[in-house]
Amino acid sequence: MPGEVVKRARYKTSVKDSGVAGVLKMTEDKFVFMPNDPTSSARLDVEFRFIKGHKFSKGGSNKPALLNLTQDSEKGGGYIFEFENHPDREVCREFVGKALAKFSEASKAGSEQSAVKLFDEQLSTIEMERRIKLLREDSELQKLHKQFVLSGVLTEAEFWATRKKLLDGNTSRTSKQRVGFKSAMISDLKPLTDGRTNRVTFNLTPEIIHQIFAEKPAVHQAFLNFVPNKMTEKDFWNKYCRAEYLHCTRNTVAAAAEAAEDEELAVFLKHDDILASEARRKIRRVDPTLDMEADQGDDYMHLPDHGIFRDGSKEIIDPQYEQYRRTLSQDLNRHAAVVLEGRPIDVELEDTRTVAEALAKSKRVEAANEKSDGSVTQERLERISRMTEIEDLQAPRDLPFAALCIKDPRDYFDSQQANALKTLGDTLAGSKQIKCSLSTQEAYGSLRGFISEIKSVGLSDPIVKPDIALKVLNGLTQNISSTKFHLGKNPQESVLDRLPIITKEELLHHWTSIQELLRHFWSSYPITTTYLYAKASRLKDAMSQIYPKLQEIKESVQSDFRHQVSLLVQPMLQALDAAFAHYDADQQKRSARSGERPNGFV
Amino acid sequence: MAIGRSAVMAPVPSKLYSDDVSLLMVLLDTNPFFWSTASIPFSKFLSHVLAFLNSILLINQFNQVVVIATGCNSCNFIFDSSSVPANPNLENGRMPALCSNLLQKLEEFVTGDEKLSKEVLAAGIGSSLLSGSLSMALCYIQRVFRTGPLHPQPRILCLQGSPDGPEQYVAVMNAIFSAQRSMVPIDSCVLGAQHSAFLQQASYITGGVYLKPQQLDGLFQYLSTVFATDLHSRRFLQLPKPAGVDFRASCFCHKNTIDMGYICSVCLSIFCKHHKKCSTCGRKRQSSLEG
Repeated sequence: MPGEVVKRARYKTSVKDSGVAGVLKMTEDKFVFMPNDPTSSARLDVEFRFIKGHKFSKGGSNKPALLNLTQDSEKGGGYIFEFENHPDREVCREFVGKALAKFSEASKAGSEQSAVKLFDEQLSTIEMERRIKLLREDSELQKLHKQFVLSGVLTEAEFWATRKKLLDGNTSRTSKQRVGFKSAMISDLKPLTDGRTNRVTFNLTPEIIHQIFAEKPAVHQAFLNFVPNKMTEKDFWNKYCRAEYLHCTRNTVAAAAEAAEDEELAVFLKHDDILASEARRKIRRVDPTLDMEADQGDDYMHLPDHGIFRDGSKEIIDPQYEQYRRTLSQDLNRHAAVVLEGRPIDVELEDTRTVAEALAKSKRVEAANEKSDGSVTQERLERISRMTEIEDLQAPRDLPFAALCIKDPRDYFDSQQANALKTLGDTLAGSKQIKCSLSTQEAYGSLRGFISEIKSVGLSDPIVKPDIALKVLNGLTQNISSTKFHLGKNPQESVLDRLPIITKEELLHHWTSIQELLRHFWSSYPITTTYLYAKASRLKDAMSQIYPKLQEIKESVQSDFRHQVSLLVQPMLQALDAAFAHYDADQQKRSARSGERPNGFV
Repeated sequence: MAIGRSAVMAPVPSKLYSDDVSLLMVLLDTNPFFWSTASIPFSKFLSHVLAFLNSILLINQFNQVVVIATGCNSCNFIFDSSSVPANPNLENGRMPALCSNLLQKLEEFVTGDEKLSKEVLAAGIGSSLLSGSLSMALCYIQRVFRTGPLHPQPRILCLQGSPDGPEQYVAVMNAIFSAQRSMVPIDSCVLGAQHSAFLQQASYITGGVYLKPQQLDGLFQYLSTVFATDLHSRRFLQLPKPAGVDFRASCFCHKNTIDMGYICSVCLSIFCKHHKKCSTCGRKRQSSLEG
């Protein structure tokens, strides 16, 4: 990057403005505009860190070459320069782009550093970003995080320790995918002829060369052997292109003639021996239990075309020139195989030599791997063929199962909670066991007494007093209509939905926070270290702060809802009470023990 | 309330069983310990129930009522409207023959049940043999099913006061599932102070009605409003629905009602503690946990 750029330009305040002629000078961190007229006030000296972006007009000879350096969008405006020609503008634009990129990188690094510092931990930026992203996506999580981590009840690590799964799930999603070969065939690369002379041009890029090496091992081998000892790289590709040209023209006779003269050229024209041996090896490795005849006929290297001919032309081949012929299906199969195998090496495609060597290395590794597990493969194949004889006696390997997936857990827990509350209320009301003081004899005696009473008195008349009957009837219809209109309308409606929204939100929030605290609380037992001890007492303090809040909610709601809210709050209080009781019991045990052993740990 | 059915009910060969003809199996809780503490005297209760049974028989002339007494030590049939013997001695002007017949049988039953009881002073009320009477009702219904393609629509009504006996959990659940299978709804009318988890589940599973009346002196009104409707008419009616059902199970080892326990992965037996070997099927190691 050159240190500075100086160009003639006109400074304009707006696009329509005619502007002030002058000189624009750009250095790495600022740009200065000096008008030609020294008395003009349009003098600029601006640092690049105040510039947020740059825009420019489309290239075209009839349009003015404009460059607009924009400031902060809030402040608006920018600095517009009109250059004498487009190349001048291009130079300046590139310079500005590089300068701005440098500044934005610096500022980004600064902000990341501050974020990491905030959490006071050694975390990779990726990890940090993942957590921030999770918090941003889940407002509930964010609330909890804010409530407990920022207030110091839980440390950052403790908070995320229970949510490892959330973090892990995202890792796999962000895994990078390898870029494979293009599925376009290199044979699509057509020679260009320029009509006037007999020159034919081939266009080879490093990408194409890499693909050629992968698809044609013989060319690859030849490159490693010949270049640069025997010939230059340029000569090598010249020869290759000549061979390709001969293939293109389908002139097998000419190809045979030229191959006879030039042994290097012959390499490109003849069948690829390496490929052929590889194909034979693959055929040998075919699973013997495969219900398919794998014989010479399946060797695609020797198969004639299936009636498909390149360029639609048909030719009759003299068997003498058979080895110089290449069919479309051969090329197609080979190409498909290479694309499926993927790109085995990850090197910069700049130097052909390094590409060739890296490819050769990876091939060797592959071959070594194959050899080492060759016996294992054989054994495995034998076993498979033994097993297949009684395959219908085998149990299905993967039993079909569906992972339990509760889309919105709240749906499930709300309904469960309503049920639990109902029964809880009932058992509380009915828990007073009525003690029966009567002996068996007395009890049966009284029962018989009742029976003889009804026998002598007869059925009561009227059976039911009208006012009581009315009361019962009203009670029943009310009950039925209320369940019908409140509960029956929507099966998913829960008790919570009938509460005011604020109360509902508050209750749900307390639920989640209590759950979070309780999870951490119980997981810190048994207390074995002072750290856990401190954590438990910290959590207990936080929970005792929520306790009065629950009471407040109960008292704040209207009388219609108070009963329901107290039913909802009850299990929360019970859960908290259980935790407090455990804490106190543990505390007592601890103090008793430390009394015996004054030097024991806390 | 008099009824004209004192004559022998000879089986009518051309009985026209339309879809609103009911066979009502009433399970009557006769636990003496419960009735000595109940908020409604047994005599009062009986007069409500007898009136209800009469009205059932009046609704449709082909309706059939069977009453099973659920005692502490035994269960027995005490009334079957299809086989009321003519006994003019019992007709005493105060009481229809049907009722005096039932009451006499009931008295006999209570005496018999007492003889079976061992003199053990239980701390609580103790439970009555709900599982036994449910099974008897289901057996009776099965017999009716086998009389031919035409039969009344059976349903079971439990008039239960005593608390659930967790030791009967397996038997009761089996009866419930058997009722569900033969599509017999179990209606429950709980007279005690507590809800009955067994009957909640029974009614929930079999599609019956579960009701715990608040005003026991208006029991007849509840019975005739909610439980008198035949199965066909229920399709057009809005009957009370419970807001929640207690689905808790009893463990097989100590017969305690538990919130959370271990389940044998093979036979689904429930245990409150972890056992190395399932006592029901002998399979080793159970570890599943139910909520």
